[in-house]
Amino acid sequence: MVDTCFLGRGFTTLVGLLLLPFGSLAASQIEDQAEQFFRSGHTNNWAVLVCTSRFWFNYRHVANTLSVYRSVKRLGIPDSHIVLMLADDMACNPRNPKPATVFSHKNMELNVYGDDVEVDYRSYEVTVENFLRVLTGRIPSSTPRSKRLLSDDRSNILIYMTGHGGNGFLKFQDSEEITNIELADAFEQMWQKRRYNELLFIIDTCQGASMYERFYSPNIMALASSQVGEDSLSHQPDPAIGVHLMDRYTFYVLEFLEEINPASQTNMNDLVSICLI
Amino acid sequence: MGLLSDPVRRRALARLVLRLNAPLCVLSYVAGITWFLALAFPPLTQRTYMSENAMGSTMVEEQFVGGDRARSFARDFAAHRRKSGALPVAWLERTMRSVGLEVYTQSFSRKLPFPDETHERYMVSGINVYGILRAPRAASTESLVLTVPCGPESTNSQAVGLMLALAAHFRGQIYWAKDIIFLVTEHDLLGSEAWLEAYHDVNVTGVQSSPLQGRAGAIQAAVALELSSDVVTSLDVAVEGLNGQLPNLDLLNLFQTFCQKGGLLCTLQGKLQPQDWPSVDGPLQGVQTLLLMVLQQASGHPHGAHGLFLRYRVEALTLRGINSFRQYKYDLVAVGKALEGMFRKLNHLLERLHQSFFFYLLPALSRFVSIGLYMPAAGFLLLVLGLKALELWMQLHEAGVGPEQAGRTSGSSPPLPATQRVGLASLVAPLLISQAVGLALYVLPVLGQHVAAQHFPVAEAEAVVLTLLAVYAAGLALPHSTHWVASTQAPDRSWMALKLVALIYLALQLACITLTNFSLGFLLAATMVPGAALTKPSGPRPLCAALLVLTSPAATLLGGLFLWQQLQEAPLSPAEGWRLFLAALAQGVLEHHTYGALLFPLLALGLYPCWLLFWNVLFWK
Repeated sequence: MVDTCFLGRGFTTLVGLLLLPFGSLAASQIEDQAEQFFRSGHTNNWAVLVCTSRFWFNYRHVANTLSVYRSVKRLGIPDSHIVLMLADDMACNPRNPKPATVFSHKNMELNVYGDDVEVDYRSYEVTVENFLRVLTGRIPSSTPRSKRLLSDDRSNILIYMTGHGGNGFLKFQDSEEITNIELADAFEQMWQKRRYNELLFIIDTCQGASMYERFYSPNIMALASSQVGEDSLSHQPDPAIGVHLMDRYTFYVLEFLEEINPASQTNMNDLVSICLI
Repeated sequence: MGLLSDPVRRRALARLVLRLNAPLCVLSYVAGITWFLALAFPPLTQRTYMSENAMGSTMVEEQFVGGDRARSFARDFAAHRRKSGALPVAWLERTMRSVGLEVYTQSFSRKLPFPDETHERYMVSGINVYGILRAPRAASTESLVLTVPCGPESTNSQAVGLMLALAAHFRGQIYWAKDIIFLVTEHDLLGSEAWLEAYHDVNVTGVQSSPLQGRAGAIQAAVALELSSDVVTSLDVAVEGLNGQLPNLDLLNLFQTFCQKGGLLCTLQGKLQPQDWPSVDGPLQGVQTLLLMVLQQASGHPHGAHGLFLRYRVEALTLRGINSFRQYKYDLVAVGKALEGMFRKLNHLLERLHQSFFFYLLPALSRFVSIGLYMPAAGFLLLVLGLKALELWMQLHEAGVGPEQAGRTSGSSPPLPATQRVGLASLVAPLLISQAVGLALYVLPVLGQHVAAQHFPVAEAEAVVLTLLAVYAAGLALPHSTHWVASTQAPDRSWMALKLVALIYLALQLACITLTNFSLGFLLAATMVPGAALTKPSGPRPLCAALLVLTSPAATLLGGLFLWQQLQEAPLSPAEGWRLFLAALAQGVLEHHTYGALLFPLLALGLYPCWLLFWNVLFWK
């Protein structure tokens, strides 16, 4: 079927919308709360990065996820605290003219695959069931530590998802979907089990804002790349490789994050204002 | 409940239908023809678009620069070919191996039904040469084919040169996920058919070929290339295949987008793309292109090697380089880049092309008409046959009702059983005899060619064609012979029963043909339906006879040829037209035997007997 997420060379502007799960609030209140986010006394950080697409023509989704992974690792979250779910069929795809690489900028400036990428859930293990089990902690006891989200009530967690989505759902690897209600329920289970302190949920898909419409748990900040009814656009077409390398929203997020060093004083409002470009 | 079961109302309904029948038929026929002509106009025609997500846009970097290499390969090939007279197999093997392919050969031989002008002998044998470029990091489960058919008259050496240069370039890339087969066939399409049958392990047409030593997986798509010169002014694309089968529209869209990207001039049916679609000129030109496509598709002729690939569900196109008197010429590098881009995009495919249309008509390269929009045209034409059959049924029924009622009131036994018995005999005899003549038309020409060649000073090919025409004309003498078999006392109404059967037979045949090959079905319907509907024994016999003869299948073929030449702006004189007609007859018979084309058996065994039934009805005594 034709998936409208694939629209190259976007010339329309993107709008990322900040929405807190507290109903309608004035914008200034939102900015205050955003500034206070991540300053509330957490003791550890986790990241769950999920790319829900496979196949060569979805190269950009893997590049998105790997860019965020790279930034998150560079800024201090170690692999032991990152759960990376990727289909991982780009770097060694027979169609890749530069094997063992995944580029995020055209002219091959930045290889986000690198030498030390650690994929925890790869290929067909990226399923809705595994994702929900990771989030809620209901994992069989034989699962290795690297595949678990061992967060507690003082953990701040980044959850980044990218792929093909629609109004109220996200497609997992062409065979199943996760709905916004399931996601909201999973977050509520996390809250009830005291598995997070604050949650930052970033989603880069078509109609991404629909995925956080149903959140009803406290302390979640959600960012999406497009409103309901809008498509997320791909960016960075590369003729040498033959596919689009990145999605536009994550491209600008990556650019923003590349300039952050451990001593910077930028806060969430700056990230949000970048997204409004 | 009351309308159909109440006899009074039923008779009123029957009378209404009978009264309105003639205007409805005329209206329906006119609607069908108008709908067809309106197909090139905007609401019914849409812009083409790429449906396959995996192929995406033309975003690839073409790096092919082997123009000189291609030309030198072409020169060598032409020289070796001139020297040896046939395909220079050893040279091809050597060159393909030096370029880095895995090379295999396949020998084939075929007995033609009669020696035609190209081959002038019964046995045709040759050797196909193909090289496989294995995908460096993928299992050889799928493949793409670039084929260059070489024949005794069309040496196609520039295409061979370009193919070898492309092979050398492709060999140096590591991004192939499918194997690529570079195929050079001898004797044009005969070699292609032999290779395809051996590749898919079937034997459809009775060619003897050696089994293939090397295979590369399921073929996803194929491109056939024909270049006669090393500079081209435009590329002509052919999509119609054997029996009117068409490739998936996405393949054509892919070609068209790459032509646009490279600035290449592309033509369809030899016509340039009209630029002004909003006004009337564009659609009018579109009507011409549409008619050309309909004529080509109706002939069932594989217009290039691609036509034979389609039967195996391999989407394929033929690209022909045209060198006309334009100022701006493109060299082999431009053509090579377009091919490289196409293959690179086809490489991205994960499944066979299936997202876009399989049945369509093309008023222009960037416009198409889908099956849902063109079928009503044929539907209106076949409705005429249905209406006429309904009218005849009601008339027969009324005729049957009348004497029955009279018989009941008078108390004597109705004469109906006797009428029915005679009716059946007078139905079966014409049917059987017409089918027998059709069978003779199908079988006699090829069987009797030796006998004819012995007794008359003609070659076998001419003997076949002349026998064909003789049997066809002999069928016209039939009405007089039918009456020897049937009883002389044929009642007045039984011609209606025969016409009813003939109408239903014709409608069934045309409907079945239209479903698979719309163009053939529509053309035959447009010509045969008026004659079929209007035929009856009373009325002006010579006029009706002339109409019927003019709309018989053979006359349709003749008219189609003239129309085709007219649309291509090369009108024929009657003598040339007749010669072309005879050549087309011979080709039709030959293609049926060599590729399994269905036009000849359809016309001989299906439509001609049906037409003879109407001829019988016309001359009913």
